[in-house]
Amino acid sequence: MNGFVFDFERPIVELEKKIQGMKEYSYIENVELQDEISHLEAKAEKLRKEIYAKLTRWQRVQLARHPQRPYTLDYLQRMMPDFLELHGDRRFKDDPAIVAGVGHIRDLPVVLIGHQKGRTTREKLHRNFGMPNPEGYRKALRLMGLAAKFKRPVVTLIDTPGAYPGIGAEERGQAEAIAKNLFEMSHLPVPILTIVIGEGASGGALGIGVGDKILMLENTWYSVISPEGCAAILWRDAGKAKEAAEAMRVTAKDLLEMGIADEIIPEPVGGAHRNYDEAAKILETVITERLEELLALPTDELLEKRYRKYRKIGYWEESS
Amino acid sequence: MVWFRRKQQGVLTTEKKVLPDGLWIKCEQCGEVLYRQELERNMWVCHKCDFHFRIQSHHYILFLLDDGSFEEFYAGIKSVDPLRFKGKKKYADQLKDAVKKTGMNEAIRTGFGKINGKPVVMAIMDFSFIGGSMGSVVGEKVALATEKAMERNLPLIIISSSGGARMMEAAFSLMQMAKTAAALARFSDRGGLYISVLTNPTTGGTTASYAMLGDVNVAEPGALIGFAGPRVIKETIGQDLPDGFQRSEFVLEHGFLDIIVKRQAMKKTLSQLIDSLKGGQTAQAS
Ligand SMILES: [Zn+2]
Repeated sequence: MNGFVFDFERPIVELEKKIQGMKEYSYIENVELQDEISHLEAKAEKLRKEIYAKLTRWQRVQLARHPQRPYTLDYLQRMMPDFLELHGDRRFKDDPAIVAGVGHIRDLPVVLIGHQKGRTTREKLHRNFGMPNPEGYRKALRLMGLAAKFKRPVVTLIDTPGAYPGIGAEERGQAEAIAKNLFEMSHLPVPILTIVIGEGASGGALGIGVGDKILMLENTWYSVISPEGCAAILWRDAGKAKEAAEAMRVTAKDLLEMGIADEIIPEPVGGAHRNYDEAAKILETVITERLEELLALPTDELLEKRYRKYRKIGYWEESS
Repeated sequence: MVWFRRKQQGVLTTEKKVLPDGLWIKCEQCGEVLYRQELERNMWVCHKCDFHFRIQSHHYILFLLDDGSFEEFYAGIKSVDPLRFKGKKKYADQLKDAVKKTGMNEAIRTGFGKINGKPVVMAIMDFSFIGGSMGSVVGEKVALATEKAMERNLPLIIISSSGGARMMEAAFSLMQMAKTAAALARFSDRGGLYISVLTNPTTGGTTASYAMLGDVNVAEPGALIGFAGPRVIKETIGQDLPDGFQRSEFVLEHGFLDIIVKRQAMKKTLSQLIDSLKGGQTAQAS
């Protein structure tokens, strides 16, 4: 994948360019360079592993926001070829910041809901940078209603910098829309699988994120507020985002340790943005496996487990 | 589970005053100079302009529940600092300071009480404890209060006053939104009555979870109620906000509140709602 490169990716990208150059040279000039190439490839592999194992929390946040990172529709094209998008909340309008629809993952019929960011300036504006208005949450809920009625599991893909803070959003009840989704998702009588594929910011993420399992791709973040937002409030300086990301512990690994995420889904080496097909293949496999496990549970047990999952989150002490 | 109960009297003595001192107090809205005793008698509402001063949890206990009927539970649950969070200040120190300043263990108190003789479960948030922010303890106590109400088939009343989720507990705080909503959904499925009372301010994750989920949503006049804070919205859209934006009256006009009730009439209204929805004969043919 060409294009944007973060500083911490640069040594790898440069080495890969060099390898590519040697391969071309070897081919064009008909020179035997296989030993040198193999040597460099091994070196690149080692470098990738070293760099990606040691990424700071802030670098993970940057990867989650990588301009070439696959979005919901990129995954859908690959793992749900028969995806049929359904629009609108039947109340006010259609919100392009959330896509929702029906189709199959492998042979499994599912209702899929995900935040959607845009790639070009025009698309970004159309998708409102992946920041939903209340209509997005209400559309999601409408489709969850279809899932419950027709006994289809729900898969949600989370990737949002937050619910949109705007006048219209407040007028039309952003808080109520999110609250209602948490309420309904907590007892929706079909399996819900939630996967953070990019950014998981605040109530805007959680509004489609209450499920039986919370999975996170390796290079994603999920917290109560963005690192910049936290820094602006606690340090009065959005430039302290790096420190805020550390303090809030926002990465997939952190959320697994906190007992909130159930599983980390590995990405292709270097990040999902470096290989969409492979990333989608991994995601497809994990979704299918987890859904099959959840579909095997009786509804009562499913709902009791879901309740317990959230009920036990948090830490406190009790004295008298 | 061991849970902790303490009579109203004992708690009141430990709670510290956060309202302004002095015999005369200036109204924050109209500037009228008010005689403290009269203001107290008027439940901290300006007699001239109806401005509702922000009051603490012990005031609501006094104003809304029958005398001496409050039996606090789970008062011993205290916040810890699970992430060893350090912003400009250490969260652990902030907690210590807040406990010292307010005499409370957290930003919410929960207990049994009576409204005109009718037993209820009540949870009252307190803005003076780290801005009424919702961390693990607030979420847990809301869920526990909801479960208590469910167990005893009592109406649940939550008085909200909160700047939203507590950043210093990061994702733990966020998940309290899901936890409280899940508890309320169960309570609702079993026919429980939940009345949400929103006071100034109720914003962020608190609004986007239990505060907006009442069977009936009641607010005090002029309270700031919303998801995003006005400053964030202003910065995002780069223009001034309309007059009265996100105030109770605005939120009611847009359809998200059932009723706005002055503090002096709140107890009577709660009592009426309980009678109308849970009292007397049910329509269900059996
Ligand atoms: Zn006044």
